[in-house]
Amino acid sequence: MDQQQRSSSGYSHSPRSPSSQPYLSVSVTDPVKLGNGVQAYISYRVITKTNLPDYQGPEKIVIRRYSDFVWLHDRLFEKYKGVFIPPLPEKSAVEKFRFSAEFIEMRRQALDVFVNRIASHQELQKSEDLKTFLQAEEETMERLRAHESSYFKKKPADLLQIFKDVQSRVSDVVLGKEKPVEESNPDYEKLKHYIFELENHLAEAQKHAYRLVKRHRELGQSLSDFGKAAKLLGACEADGLGKALTELGAKSETLSIRLQKEAHQLLMNFEEPLKDYVRAVQSIKATIAERANAFRQQCELAETMKLKEINLDKLMLTRSDRVGEAEIEYRELKEDSEEAARRFESIVRLMNEEIVRFQDQKMIDMGRAFHEFAKGQARLANNIADAWRSLLPKLEACFT
Amino acid sequence: MMGSENEAESQVFASREEMENLVLDEPSDNPNGNGGSKSFSDYRSVMSSLADAHHPFSPPLTPADSDPLLAPQPYRDLRNPSLSHDNNNSYIEPPAYADVIFSPFDENTGSEINGIDSPGRSSDSSLSLSRSPSSSSDYIKITVSNPQKEQESSNSLVPGASTYVTYLITTRTNIPEFNGSEFGVRRRFKDVVTLSDRLAEAYRGFFIPPRPDKSVVESQVMQKQEFVEQRRVALEKYLRRLAAHPIIRNSDELKVFLQVQGKLPLATSTDVASRMLDGAVNLPKQLFGEGSTVAPQDVVQPAKGGRDLLRLFKELKQSVSNDWGGSRPPVVEEDKEFLEKKEKMNVFELQLSNASQQAESLVKAQQDMGETMGELGLAFIKLTKFENEEAKFESQRVRAGDMKNVATAAVKASRFYRELNAQTVKHLDTLHEYLGLMLSVHGAFADRSSALLTVQTLLSELSALHTRAEKLEAASSKIFGGDKSRIRRMEELKETIRATENAKSVAIREYERIKENNRTELERMETEKQADFSNMLKGFVLNQVGYAEKIANVWAKVAEETSGYATDSA
Repeated sequence: MDQQQRSSSGYSHSPRSPSSQPYLSVSVTDPVKLGNGVQAYISYRVITKTNLPDYQGPEKIVIRRYSDFVWLHDRLFEKYKGVFIPPLPEKSAVEKFRFSAEFIEMRRQALDVFVNRIASHQELQKSEDLKTFLQAEEETMERLRAHESSYFKKKPADLLQIFKDVQSRVSDVVLGKEKPVEESNPDYEKLKHYIFELENHLAEAQKHAYRLVKRHRELGQSLSDFGKAAKLLGACEADGLGKALTELGAKSETLSIRLQKEAHQLLMNFEEPLKDYVRAVQSIKATIAERANAFRQQCELAETMKLKEINLDKLMLTRSDRVGEAEIEYRELKEDSEEAARRFESIVRLMNEEIVRFQDQKMIDMGRAFHEFAKGQARLANNIADAWRSLLPKLEACFT
Repeated sequence: MMGSENEAESQVFASREEMENLVLDEPSDNPNGNGGSKSFSDYRSVMSSLADAHHPFSPPLTPADSDPLLAPQPYRDLRNPSLSHDNNNSYIEPPAYADVIFSPFDENTGSEINGIDSPGRSSDSSLSLSRSPSSSSDYIKITVSNPQKEQESSNSLVPGASTYVTYLITTRTNIPEFNGSEFGVRRRFKDVVTLSDRLAEAYRGFFIPPRPDKSVVESQVMQKQEFVEQRRVALEKYLRRLAAHPIIRNSDELKVFLQVQGKLPLATSTDVASRMLDGAVNLPKQLFGEGSTVAPQDVVQPAKGGRDLLRLFKELKQSVSNDWGGSRPPVVEEDKEFLEKKEKMNVFELQLSNASQQAESLVKAQQDMGETMGELGLAFIKLTKFENEEAKFESQRVRAGDMKNVATAAVKASRFYRELNAQTVKHLDTLHEYLGLMLSVHGAFADRSSALLTVQTLLSELSALHTRAEKLEAASSKIFGGDKSRIRRMEELKETIRATENAKSVAIREYERIKENNRTELERMETEKQADFSNMLKGFVLNQVGYAEKIANVWAKVAEETSGYATDSA
């Protein structure tokens, strides 16, 4: 996946490029089901090929599970505010139990995309946590994972839950439910509105795409049943008619298999990219919430600083002996306020870059998804036409 | 390019409501509750309303009327490859179907479309062309329309209870036996029941198409208008099937029904209760010796359903003796060939029923595919509009452009699926027609059985009478000079034996006649089955090919347009 994505910035990802060129290439492979019953989980092999000095050897293989990826995601989200962290596939506690081959493959693919997006992101690829994720021993990861869940008092076991919290907070802010400590930036307002609306539209499209996959399966099933019934009917009949019905039945069954195959393709190459798009938008919403937080902090600190300044002046005028103390407090506050302002500006700057990158990337991603979709449908229709067409001369022969 | 884009877009925007209506418009399930073949009636009504949903001219379902997406509908009955006689060989060369199948919408067929959903083998002249070259110019087309409420003229104690609905029955024909080439009469449902009963009496052994149900429950439960419409459709199909039957179409009963103005001059059937009452009145007379034999003319009708209770009892006794008695009945069904055919018919019916059910599932799956594809297209259209309105970056505009291509293609493909389905319904409907035909076949076989039973009963009776005569003979020979009363009784007995012999001859003749009818009908059915199923299969397959090609073309274009995004790992 994503050849174009990888070459967007930073390192190249082809191990075959000249060794002087820095490269970092990751793949998530080999899903294996471990454990039993409720405790069951999937483990993946994460293979890192690199010549970067900070990384071990030309190749390193580690074993990781889904919650390790979650850990990485959360760490990056904390550290790199303003960046749209690549989204993870859903936790899906229910489907996990079924662990169908399709589900496992889809998750593996999504995780592979996730890590690669991080590795090819200008900022994120420098992350220490990425290094840890790609290199650390399993025990280390286990420790970090356990530590992570206790560190955050909120215990965000479910990524979706975080998003939901953020969503409600952000919409509260957008709707003006809280004190209006909002940026008065019309362009930014437009962007927020765009992102929220976009999610709705995308979710609907994705819903229909998923249904379309189901329809393919259903049509396949009914063709199979119809084929069987035609064959049975053909068995009752003599000569020409009997043969014709049998041939029709066989053809119908063949097409049923073809349809099931296409359903799978559709799921992987069209519905999944749409779902990925939705997740990406949700990630942006999380960043929007972070920006709102940062803005609020900046405002609060600025407010507090002003108050302190006024107080200080007052104390200086009265030649109070608390002036020295107040001066130190004021200076600290000023530093904090400037720090908060810097953080906020950093987020704004990053977001502006990110949004451009996001739109470009999605243009490519969707373009590819559309292409695969159209190609798949055309191929399917042609197969169907060819199959039925090949039957016609046989039918002619049966009835003459 | 732009033109077609705009056209698709405006079509879609304008008709989004219609499309949503179409999407949500489920065919109303109206089972007729026919005991004999429930699944047949269910399916028939679902399928015909499904077919109707795609007719621009079908009255009851308004969304279809106003749907511009369906308006320029190519309309061709693919059950007749002979119609496309000039294109008989073109299907061998790809990709001809996409063009072959879809002729521009023919205005002439417009007025006839109402009810053409009936795959009436009769109404389509070219159908008779393909199957009966001898009657190449015979043509009879029946239409049922214009239901109206009428009042019964007699004074009724209950006011308003004597209204009924009449239908205008129009016939167009060039058969000389009819007076005129186009005429119409008004008939009510009761008349149709009468017609059906008279035909059943007159044409025993034939595969007579079953008439529509009385549907007493439904007439109360359904909306009046809906019920009347359902009945109108059913009546039309029934009459067309009658006209399609080569023997029945020439029957007096049908001619009278279609032509004679005013009251239908066929003897009305009486209900079972009054028949039983009449029978009960006559029974004592029968038991006490007067008129104890069955009149020859009555013998040609089955005992069941008649007034002759005594005869009924006798035949019942006979059938019990057939089933449970130790001895073989005097005459048995010996025709092995017939028994084989009967068995085959049962197997055929079973598989046919299964196939028809699966056909229904297939149609539903195709329908769903079309709907979902359409919904997907609409969702993308909305997204495209949104992105274009809010676009800040060129990448957004490009993406919106790509999306629009996909959306337009999806909407087009959706339309093709729906059209495909409408045609599929018409083709696979043959399966249901034949399920209905099975009813007729059972009826014809039942005629044969009951005629045989009558013969068997009369033979048993004759045998008993002869025995009695012998005994009487033996007893009277012992008394010299003769006993006046015994001689009288002997005479009466001889008379009875003579009458019963007559009845027996008539009954045997009738039985043979019915057997012959069965035979010719079976032959006819076999021939027609070959033709009908051939049309069905060819039509179905041709249809699939044509639409698959069209759909492939639509998507190939989009694949081409987005080929820039293709990865090397294709």
